Amino acid sequence: MNALIDYILHLADTTLILSQRNSEWCGHGPILEQDIAITNISLDLLGQSRNFYQYAAQLLNNSTEGNKAPSPGGEGVGAEVTEDSLAYLRKEREYKNLLLVEQPNGDWGQTILRQYLFSQYQYLLFEQLQHYSDEQLAAIAAKSLKETRYHVRWSSEWVLRLGDGTGESHDRMLKAIDELWRYTGEMFMPASYENSLNIDPAALKKAWEEKVNTLFTEASLPVPEKVFMQSGGKTGTHTEQLGFILTELQYMQRAYPNCEW
Amino acid sequence: MVTTTTIDKASILGILETVTDPEIPVLTIADLGILRDVVINGENINVIITPTYNGCPAMDMIAMNIRMALLEHGYKNITVASVLSPAWTTDWMTEEGKQKLKEYGIAPPVTRSDDPSDREIECPQCHSTNTRLISEFGSTACKALYQCNDCKEPFDHFKCH
Repeated sequence: MNALIDYILHLADTTLILSQRNSEWCGHGPILEQDIAITNISLDLLGQSRNFYQYAAQLLNNSTEGNKAPSPGGEGVGAEVTEDSLAYLRKEREYKNLLLVEQPNGDWGQTILRQYLFSQYQYLLFEQLQHYSDEQLAAIAAKSLKETRYHVRWSSEWVLRLGDGTGESHDRMLKAIDELWRYTGEMFMPASYENSLNIDPAALKKAWEEKVNTLFTEASLPVPEKVFMQSGGKTGTHTEQLGFILTELQYMQRAYPNCEW
Repeated sequence: MVTTTTIDKASILGILETVTDPEIPVLTIADLGILRDVVINGENINVIITPTYNGCPAMDMIAMNIRMALLEHGYKNITVASVLSPAWTTDWMTEEGKQKLKEYGIAPPVTRSDDPSDREIECPQCHSTNTRLISEFGSTACKALYQCNDCKEPFDHFKCH
């Protein structure tokens, strides 16, 4: 049961943090239509994370370990776990999101590339998860897959446009690859909770690489070889970036506990 | 007001017919295919709905409006449950709903969601099919932005999903 909860929190945290990152573009997109597109994607991801958090909260409240399991900030011990307590009251080391999604937006090219690398992985993952034995997890995956399809298509088109665009857009994509590639390996390294659930992300690696190779080749972008891969996000060891995101994300609940608006 | 203890499903469905999507007020939740079922158990009414898109902010408001509509008619023990499976698809949208969308100025979904062929989207203003996609993401999660090449009018298209 704990492995399932950890895994659901990993999926919830990953989608929440990427949603939060993308939402930083709200009102700052390069043109209005793209501002709307990136914030739409942000909203889709937020919806997905809410489904995962709600399910995790339900399992935590039902389990005998109950509300003792993840300390909701220490304060609410004994209180009911909710989607909000999981998002707003857990600390950095309790977050299990992928390192890739906490990386800064950088320029538009870096945001696009981060979205593409993640969405392509998420698509392959949810394709498998929609057949998983846990019904609710499978239902969330099947539902989300339909949205992820748009995200893959939209971000692929942008990778192509920028990679094969002007000299400057091409150079910026090279920089983005240099910045982000080292965080892609972690997606395919199973954490212990994935092993316990017989979920094998390593099995998705080949299909993901093929998709990325095809797109990068078309976009005149090189696929990096032999890069040392960073890892740790899945088990709570993050880059320095996550602390800043949580500071902003959790500010209201930390400053004014239980506030509502 | 309800005077008997037997609750009739048809009358509940009749009341729910008046609940519309707050973003697209011409469509009822039945037209949209959001309303999946009503389960009556004694005096308890459980309305089962499914979200269109995961992040759709209209869902909370729809759940509240369902509750309000039933409360206004004197029903008390109301729960609204959201289910994710099977995942919502525009294939569940009624023909009547599609017609209403068109009259409202939104191009309705045209093919089945699993049909990947190129779709001709008709301009809801001048009915030309000479239209172009501006962005796959529109004013709400369920819509894409198009423009008519003939009358030049930009318009929303309810995506096949």
